[in-house]
Amino acid sequence: MKMRALLPRAAAFAALLLVAAEPAFADARSTAKSQVDFGIKVAQNGLWKEAVYRWEKAAEVDPSYAAAWNNLGIGYEHEGRFEDARKAYEKAVALDPKNVLIRQNYDLFKEINDRAKRRNDR
Amino acid sequence: MTARSAATIASLVLLTFTSACTNFFEVPIETPLSPKMDVTAFRRVLVAGFISGGTDDVDANLETVRLLRSQLRTKSGLRVIEADVLPLAELAADKAKAAAATPAPSSETNNGGLPKVAADVQTSAPPGPAAAAAAAPQQPNAPAAAPAPEKIRSAKDLEKYQSIFSDVAFWKKIGEEYENPLIVTGTILFTPLQTAGFITRNVEQYDNLGRRTVVPQRLYMERKGFAIAPKFIFIDGRTGATLHTESTREEVLYNAQQNTPALSSYFELMDKVIPMFLGTLSTQKIRGTRVLLR
Repeated sequence: MKMRALLPRAAAFAALLLVAAEPAFADARSTAKSQVDFGIKVAQNGLWKEAVYRWEKAAEVDPSYAAAWNNLGIGYEHEGRFEDARKAYEKAVALDPKNVLIRQNYDLFKEINDRAKRRNDR
Repeated sequence: MTARSAATIASLVLLTFTSACTNFFEVPIETPLSPKMDVTAFRRVLVAGFISGGTDDVDANLETVRLLRSQLRTKSGLRVIEADVLPLAELAADKAKAAAATPAPSSETNNGGLPKVAADVQTSAPPGPAAAAAAAPQQPNAPAAAPAPEKIRSAKDLEKYQSIFSDVAFWKKIGEEYENPLIVTGTILFTPLQTAGFITRNVEQYDNLGRRTVVPQRLYMERKGFAIAPKFIFIDGRTGATLHTESTREEVLYNAQQNTPALSSYFELMDKVIPMFLGTLSTQKIRGTRVLLR
């Protein structure tokens, strides 16, 4: 009986230990997440420069955060910074290769990027 | 106690799962495509005129000048100069004639023994508002009052006139008259088309149960329409040098029974050409949507 009562507590403790083992990672991700969220909010209001700044911060704080790189790719694309956008998208795809939405954004970007290249080559 | 703890753990798991699910937001974006030409050195643009040919139903020179000016007025940062349209074909024809009549360089140098028109055209064709009026017919010594240029029907006919675009002195003079703008000129060939052959069309069919299906069907059709082949030449009004050249070709075909006026076909075709033209001078924006993730 006593054992059974202790079991959930032990599980919770183990989970806490797991989280405590990577405090830096958790901190980085949550900071990056809040930057990404803010970036999304301002981008939805048309403030793309601010959004790009936030997503750059997010990617800097947590370079393994695929969403931050994806959003950064979109932001750069919106600003006409095609080379930066390509790098950001490629990073996002590498970090989360199974994410269809990232892949879709990247494909759409590539189409426009190719068109821009063709224009300049002519 | 156990039940409460289990509920806590379950809700924690649920929360973790929910937050792990990707939230996404679809946003509209406008991707800017930078212009092919750097026009920052120019504040004004002169759509001077075109050497046009093809059909007589549309004055492609006049219509193109009007259309490009109105597009540039609304869709570019450049100030559009309102000026008379240059009869470039006539000027080029005169120039060619003058060149043909030029005697060997060893002959008398004063006026080169050229008819006056030749001297004028060679050194500085009268540009600007005065250009049309001052074209060959006004010259008293002009041979046989400078007849109108031959009808331009094909790309080959146009080739004869191409030299005018490389006449740096001519364009520099025009540039000086209008305070060194960016000059837009070129050639426009607007020709009627007629074709006959098999085309594939999707045809709706309904079966006995009223179910609709679309099947491709090959039909023999006679069609007619128009083709437009513009070549835009961008000239630096300060130097008379060609900065950029852009050419394309578009065509439209209708059922042979359909009677579409040439002018409306012209505008239909120019609708396809205009984005390319504007893309040379100003930033074009491509609208689309992307998905932001969190």
